[in-house]
Amino acid sequence: MAKIKKEKEYRVHLMVCAGTACVSNHSFEIKEALETEIKKQDLDNEVLIVTTGCNGFCERGPLLVVQPGNIFYQTLTTKDIPHLVEEHFLKGRPVEKLMYIPPEEKTPIPVLSDIDFFKKQVLIALRNRGLIDPEKIDEYIARDGYKAMAKALTSMSPSDIRSEIQKSGLRGRGGGGFPTGLKWEFVSNAVSSNGNVKYLVCNGDEGDPGAFMDRSILEADPHSVIEGMVIGAKAINATQGYAYVRNEYPLALNRLYKALDDAREYGLLGKNILGSGMDFDIKIVRGAGAFICGEETALLSSIEGRLGEPKPRPPYPAEKGLWGCPTLINNVETWANIAPIINRGAKWYSHIGTETSKGTKVFSLVGKINNTGLVEVPMGITLREIIYDIGGGIPGGREFKAVQTGGPSGGCIPKEKIDLPIDYESLSDAGSMMGSGGMVVMDEDTCMVDVARYFLSFTQDESCGKCTPCREGTKAMLDILTRITKGEGTDEDLTLLEELAVSIKDSALCGLGKTAPNPVLTTMKYFRSEYEAHIRDKKCPAHTCRDLNVYTIDEDICVNTGHGCDLCRRNCASDAILGERNQPHQIIQDKCTKCGVCYDVCKFGAVKVD
Amino acid sequence: MPKLTLEDLEEIREKTKKTTMLRGDSEFRAKITVHMGTCGIAAGARGIMAALMEEIEAQDITEILLTNSGCAGLCSKEPMLTVEIKGQAPVKYVELTGAKTKEILEKHVLGGKIVEKYALGIGSEKTDY
Repeated sequence: MAKIKKEKEYRVHLMVCAGTACVSNHSFEIKEALETEIKKQDLDNEVLIVTTGCNGFCERGPLLVVQPGNIFYQTLTTKDIPHLVEEHFLKGRPVEKLMYIPPEEKTPIPVLSDIDFFKKQVLIALRNRGLIDPEKIDEYIARDGYKAMAKALTSMSPSDIRSEIQKSGLRGRGGGGFPTGLKWEFVSNAVSSNGNVKYLVCNGDEGDPGAFMDRSILEADPHSVIEGMVIGAKAINATQGYAYVRNEYPLALNRLYKALDDAREYGLLGKNILGSGMDFDIKIVRGAGAFICGEETALLSSIEGRLGEPKPRPPYPAEKGLWGCPTLINNVETWANIAPIINRGAKWYSHIGTETSKGTKVFSLVGKINNTGLVEVPMGITLREIIYDIGGGIPGGREFKAVQTGGPSGGCIPKEKIDLPIDYESLSDAGSMMGSGGMVVMDEDTCMVDVARYFLSFTQDESCGKCTPCREGTKAMLDILTRITKGEGTDEDLTLLEELAVSIKDSALCGLGKTAPNPVLTTMKYFRSEYEAHIRDKKCPAHTCRDLNVYTIDEDICVNTGHGCDLCRRNCASDAILGERNQPHQIIQDKCTKCGVCYDVCKFGAVKVD
Repeated sequence: MPKLTLEDLEEIREKTKKTTMLRGDSEFRAKITVHMGTCGIAAGARGIMAALMEEIEAQDITEILLTNSGCAGLCSKEPMLTVEIKGQAPVKYVELTGAKTKEILEKHVLGGKIVEKYALGIGSEKTDY
């Protein structure tokens, strides 16, 4: 019998966001300032400070949510704290000037759930974000944590569990979207070559640029992943699990280590869990940051201590995985969805979402968007709702151009498709994919050829080199794209790019290579005119490709409006501008390095770029 | 022998629920607001708050939200508090002491009967017109 002691009670809880984004915005300094000030006001018996995982609204960090009341404070500095503590926590007067004001509005919104960014979100995988201290197992338990596991271990058979997951319609959240219940069924049916040994793996090797869903789940609620894994272990009869998490996620790793220790301490992992007779434990394997290790066969090689290189499938890991034994691999977010499904039932879960894609999906919203952050939304929500209602639109009144979903394996979806409802099928019909959930928003100043080049340079860099199509093919495509962005492309390049893309897709060994051409194919499909402008007119319509820009000075504006202010000449690092005060200025094209500083510093719009 | 039994797990849940219930959009049966303007604090509102916290913890009272707000506008009658039982008009109590506060908690908040001798009146000022 464990010793259960009563905890001290407080009337106010200050939920300080300690996700990676807020931590790098000095949220721990905010926490220290709060501690000092609360002590000074003699409130330390009344006010409790709690550090939570990522709240989601990273754009406005560091964040503080005051409970009860759900009062949302944002962009805090340590200077704000003395006033805040005295006014709100001592005297009960919430401080308006630290509250969130939506772009182009004047009235602050005090309560978190009234803010558009949070309003449309539905939290299942992120159900505990911001509400618990991820390092306190008791707080997880209080919010119905380990309840589903207790249910699965004591009153459900392995096949009950599998059929519940199958009926829920949950599909893999790591990218492929394979039906989770079906995968569990395969592993359960597979015969192990080594007695009865089967393994279970959590894929936390999140590598897409701009994606941080898995990291945030592990940071905010590590027990939700552990609980899902124990339930999965019972469903397939595994006794050993692995969590593969990249080493670049120190905070996520620390919290996961702590969570595993605490779960072992309580006997929620280890021998005879909750007296059910089941044994299961989880070991953390830290990945060294190779993108390829997110691919399941490469990940398994890496766990086995070998080079992280993919293997041809079949055999799938479900038949022959870790050390040749049947292995169940699911991604962090998939695991976090398991407990709520078991707790509330497949019927409840399958109610949310679309015909083919059930439940919710976590997206990391980044790029040219007002509300950068982490959002969880029901499947079937439109891109428009995510970008404008939740994301708050594009900064600086610029126009939305496209959104890249699915990271380097995905594709660009143009603004014409902004009313596309998001699910696995609609995204792949549009030439992109769900992927793990990165969403990079682009505005009119983004060059689509450059975007394709960027993603290809990423995959080319991360290609493991094992198969020729990926190793050589992505290199050839990158060379062509680089040439085009330098104004050296030809019409034949477009045909060649297409041919290369199709043959790499067909012949590469693993998912990395097979999907690498997607960004090129989608940008060529939706933004062909931009490619043609680079090739035929030697122009970059977004003025991003530096080599193609030509800067000139409108002498009329320069003298008549700006009185030849001379700012451009003084800022030019390569002495490429001629002129003096009150005189028209001129750019010597031969000397110009196209850095764009003159364009940026001119206050009168006299410098033109073409 | 397992380290934790199902009953233990449930006990941890119930014990910690009081803490986590305070967060998010939980519903409370009653709300007690202690007025903590400068006037209230000078007249001893912090002692009232402390007494309430102590009592709520000692009696293990749940579903009650204890909070504070600024001056209620009747500085000469501080310390003051407002009790709002869900679905009923708020009641303001004036010139409080620790003993009076405990009585209000006992009779009104828990017992549902307004303690008229300490009450200023029922209702609040109009805020939407």
